[in-house]
Amino acid sequence: MVYASSPDPSGPRPSPGIAPRRGMTSVKLVVAGGFGVGKTTLVEAISEIPPVNTEAWMTQAAKTVDALDDGARGGGGAGKTTTTVAMDFGRVTLASDLVLYLFGTPGQPRFWPMWDDLCRGASGAVVLVDTRRLDVSFAAVNYFENDSDVPFIVAANLFDGRQTHPLGQVREALRLDADVPLVSCDARDRASAVDVLTRTLGHTLDRTTGRTTGREPAAR
Amino acid sequence: MSANPWVRPYVLTGGRTRGRRHLLVHTLVSGGGYDAAFAERLLPEARALYERVHAVAESVAELSAHCGVPLGVTRVLLADLAAGDRIEILAEGASPYDPHVLGRVIDGLRELA
Repeated sequence: MVYASSPDPSGPRPSPGIAPRRGMTSVKLVVAGGFGVGKTTLVEAISEIPPVNTEAWMTQAAKTVDALDDGARGGGGAGKTTTTVAMDFGRVTLASDLVLYLFGTPGQPRFWPMWDDLCRGASGAVVLVDTRRLDVSFAAVNYFENDSDVPFIVAANLFDGRQTHPLGQVREALRLDADVPLVSCDARDRASAVDVLTRTLGHTLDRTTGRTTGREPAAR
Repeated sequence: MSANPWVRPYVLTGGRTRGRRHLLVHTLVSGGGYDAAFAERLLPEARALYERVHAVAESVAELSAHCGVPLGVTRVLLADLAAGDRIEILAEGASPYDPHVLGRVIDGLRELA
């Protein structure tokens, strides 16, 4: 399999009762962060389809580099056994005419052109961080602070349900702007995933409609 | 189904890497009335996409993944099919910040929790 893989080779898995039709709308949220911070887990917690890992943009060379990078970590820390090669995404059908897509970003800076592509038309983004390894998500935070207009929040994924660092320390370590919401979550838990996504959308509404005191979206 | 790995992907698009319009990964695509004779004339990748579009309401990324056609190629082929009125691109150009739509998404998500 070179270009893409479907989680269910047996055939289509259309959402029950949903036929192609006019008037349907899709909304996209981007789930970003470094390798092993729980992006796929978060998507999985809420998606009605298994996260689709698509190697849409991949070349064989880039795939090799990913494998090496993973090996270089020696499997330490995260205990991550599978790697998001390019991007993966999930789907939540919210109504007969409304579908939410969650797109996980590819983890490495080399894929930034793909981040631009994924973020185009996105309604918001979540940068997931692992408080034990904040550094792996620095690049993602920088991207959304400096290189993207997509409103974003940061969510500290509490592995094993333990909060290892107070959020104030996390904010300081990430040098987050005061107006970027920072929340904690358990990416494995559906209710927690829902909470993160609704906060993300709420933040977008704040930023784009002036619903509360949020600043205007940066004009770039 | 999987694209032939020995064919450079953009051979399928006549070398074009950009379609007539730039489809977003989450853009939904809908069938425009299935035409079996038309389907038979398509190359396998375009045909797989054409048939899938008529079976389910899916996004560009889903169509790419399911049909095993690289995303960039999928975009060009879908844009061609849309230009020929064979398929329909849904809600293209809608604002991602439409407060009514975002409010509906928030409500829908809360029902899932």
